[in-house]
Amino acid sequence: MSPILTITDLHKSFGDLEVLKGIDMTMQKGDVVSLIGSSGSGKTTLLRCVNLLEDFERGSIELDGEAIGYRHEGSERRRLSERHIARQRAMTGMAFQQFNLFPHMTAIRNVMLGLTKTKKMAKDEAYAIAEKWLERVGMIERRDHFPGQLSGGQQQRVAIARAIAMNPRIMLFDEVTSALDPELVKEVLAVVRDLADDGMTMLLVTHEMRFARDVSSKVVFMHHGRIHEEGPPEQIFGAPETDRLRGFLANSEM
Amino acid sequence: MNFSLFLTELWNARMNLLAGLGDTVLISVASVLLGTFLGVFVGLAMTYGNKPTRFGVRLYIDFLRGTPVFVLILACFYILSVVGLDLSAFQAGVLALTMFCSSHVGEIVRGALKAIPAGQTEAAKSIGLTFGQTFAYVLLPQALRQILPTWVNTATEIVKASTLLSIIGVVELLLATQQVISRTYLSLEFYLFVGFVYFILNFLIEQAGRAVERRISIP
Repeated sequence: MSPILTITDLHKSFGDLEVLKGIDMTMQKGDVVSLIGSSGSGKTTLLRCVNLLEDFERGSIELDGEAIGYRHEGSERRRLSERHIARQRAMTGMAFQQFNLFPHMTAIRNVMLGLTKTKKMAKDEAYAIAEKWLERVGMIERRDHFPGQLSGGQQQRVAIARAIAMNPRIMLFDEVTSALDPELVKEVLAVVRDLADDGMTMLLVTHEMRFARDVSSKVVFMHHGRIHEEGPPEQIFGAPETDRLRGFLANSEM
Repeated sequence: MNFSLFLTELWNARMNLLAGLGDTVLISVASVLLGTFLGVFVGLAMTYGNKPTRFGVRLYIDFLRGTPVFVLILACFYILSVVGLDLSAFQAGVLALTMFCSSHVGEIVRGALKAIPAGQTEAAKSIGLTFGQTFAYVLLPQALRQILPTWVNTATEIVKASTLLSIIGVVELLLATQQVISRTYLSLEFYLFVGFVYFILNFLIEQAGRAVERRISIP
């Protein structure tokens, strides 16, 4: 089976600061991979590169066999057109730490926007799909509420529905519970777990170690822009091989 | 104050005053609409333009905002005719007020766009929207809500500034009133009256603005 996501020798710098120093990673359909590591290790940047929210200087990312963001003409590397990149971005779904719902639209209109504008769906078709996903994340009764009328956990669930309604090949979760009050974390994690159980391919950055352990097929520990250690969750959490990972886990809540 | 005499003269002058009022409204509406249209592009250029564009537009804004509207009106009327652009007093006045309005609108559009969190653009991108779609469906609707109160304020400023066009001979409401005064000598009565009319105009604009604001406010 060919991989859904192939990252090869990915390098990314912000000015003089190199944040990703050569990342290699592959994901198969249905894989759930958690990126863990201390802040500044590059895990969020890696996720944002896959969604093309960041450009990168070297290496390549292939999504379902298609190189994203850049094309090569001989030895020259060119950024794809804005329109092409927009289309490729829609192949991945992203949930953000700060939800980023559109405050001037109701929950269901938030979910419908990408369907009607990017996928050019008719309104009623988009409405039906949006309803289906809001139902799935338990937000169907609040479909006509504005983001400002919802709790953080509810907003995040709508944001996840908005991303996943686009039918992405892979879902990216960027610390989706970090901005939530502790009592709201559970409802969001339940939604993510539900999607994982359903066979959704997911790449997530998380600080919830217990959750990463339960839900992941693979855990990747990043340190200083490199993959420091990776493996199945039992191995990463049960028998970490490097001192650095042991140190990191000792400082994390389990 | 001779009230019945004033009423008689007011009635006699009604067509001239109404014509003046019509011009005032026309000047204000034209300047605000054109100025807003231009101002949105000024704001866009300030926000998304490259360095030379931003520098040029910044110069335009600062120059217009640092110059009295009065000077601007005189400049448009007298200087442009010297360089061969023959505008009527009405056109020159509208041009000056349009530029004045565009610099204000440009500044508030820039501020409003800047105040929208970067996450909004990122979320729009992540569902595959192009820049144009992001602007039209995500950024502009939020910016407009934020702009509205300041924009209404700018509109009332333009109505007030339109009186300055009387200097270059545009018979708008103020000059029409002054012409009536020079015939009737009822200066106190007519100045009070015209002041009240301006107040009503701006009061209506502000009420309309508030009504719209209530309608489009986000819960």
